[in-house]
Amino acid sequence: MSSVRLLVGTRKGGFILTADAKRDTWVISGPHFSGWEIYHMKGSPADPNRIYASQSSSWFGQIIQRSNDGGKTWVIPDGGKVPGPEDFLKPAPNKFVYDTSADTGKPLTTHQFYDGKPHPWEFKRVWHLEPSLTDPDTVYAGVEDAAIFRSTDGAASWHEMAGLRGHGTGPHWQPGAGGMCLHTIILDPSDPKRIWIAISAAGAFRTDDGGETWKPINKGLYSQYIPDPTAEVGHCVHHVAMNPKRPGVLFMQKHWDVLRSDDAGEQWHEVSGNLPTDFGFVIDVNSNQPETVYVVPIQSDSLHYVHEGKMRVYRSKTGGNEWEALTQGLPQENCYVNVLRDAMSVDQLDPCGVYFGTTGGQVYCSNDDGDSWSAIVHDLPAVLSVEVQTLA
Amino acid sequence: MIRVVLPFHLRNLANVGSEVELDVDSPVTQRTILDALESRYPALQGTIRDHVTKERRAFLRFFVCQVDWSHESPDKPLPEAVASGKEPFMVIGAIAGG
Repeated sequence: MSSVRLLVGTRKGGFILTADAKRDTWVISGPHFSGWEIYHMKGSPADPNRIYASQSSSWFGQIIQRSNDGGKTWVIPDGGKVPGPEDFLKPAPNKFVYDTSADTGKPLTTHQFYDGKPHPWEFKRVWHLEPSLTDPDTVYAGVEDAAIFRSTDGAASWHEMAGLRGHGTGPHWQPGAGGMCLHTIILDPSDPKRIWIAISAAGAFRTDDGGETWKPINKGLYSQYIPDPTAEVGHCVHHVAMNPKRPGVLFMQKHWDVLRSDDAGEQWHEVSGNLPTDFGFVIDVNSNQPETVYVVPIQSDSLHYVHEGKMRVYRSKTGGNEWEALTQGLPQENCYVNVLRDAMSVDQLDPCGVYFGTTGGQVYCSNDDGDSWSAIVHDLPAVLSVEVQTLA
Repeated sequence: MIRVVLPFHLRNLANVGSEVELDVDSPVTQRTILDALESRYPALQGTIRDHVTKERRAFLRFFVCQVDWSHESPDKPLPEAVASGKEPFMVIGAIAGG
């Protein structure tokens, strides 16, 4: 019988929530890495027991943890290897060093700081880990300040895919309120050389050659808060989602506006339609119904809590424009939490399970495509990310 | 034997108690202590000093005999009390509420 495993990253540790296919009775384990910020945990599609976790702290920096047994035990990849003095310049599991080498790197430009002045690239943390679709030892990391790294040895060492940061528009990137983060990585199951990424606040980018070269894909985005609202880069993209069964059809929650692209990001058009507010962070696509999309509208860019104090997931069954509020089982008064960009996920069962976590520490589950909801847990630390694994 | 006191989260990361003991060749300095610490406990690499620049992370301080050595040269010999093990070398995290 199938089961599901939720990987929940919070401000104060990671939690693993498991249930059978009914998804109505849950077992909670954690906190793992208690006291640390767990920005993201994600399992390998090629080996579901292989899970990667991004563990970070303003005090102690970045740690990468790896599990080979579905999250029961964790190791720091290669953390048991005793280094010598000569090893300090060599790769390490938590060593994210921008590539400035003459052979493979790109000149390390500046990006824009909040005040518009040039600012050097400084590594801060890993926001998102995206394991390869086919190789458990290959995993991508989206980091702040924005760049993408790849490991091919199970996270024991990391190398920047420098073509992204160095392709030319880097000096025009700027941080969003949460920092200049690369938060979205989508791998194309139909084309191993194609990857989409998104950066706040730079926009969406795509490579078609396995990461050697990248190009901005922001045509159709309109952001009135930047000097040129239709600029090639500078847009605050909050999240992008794709149903893997339909590669190339993308849905985007921008700072303001919900958009879709039917041509792999070449052109976007707005599908906010009748949403009560089109500001938000999360967006996801039903795993069985590729035109069914979920968002959680947030009051505004200044008021980061759900609209009108009501927790409402909005669902479109028409690929956007026509949205319905999903409220059954969700608090409809005095609710002032946020749902952050990586804190929604869908499973592969039918009906589709939809999950999201809030900054108030609730993790909600729908086991019926979003028609009804229940809280799996109420009182976790602020939830940063939610990923679900569907297990055979 | 050099004694090193670590903050809570680094103790957990290295799976050690509140204090660790290290063999450090003379001269005993911040650099030689931290090199020995990271060599003995690789999980601590990058958590106290930057991997490349070897600079102290901003929210950490080094105290010796109740004196802040954070801004001293990493190669300045530490007091005999540390070299003899009478006093520990202390790695302390900045205090923060919430």
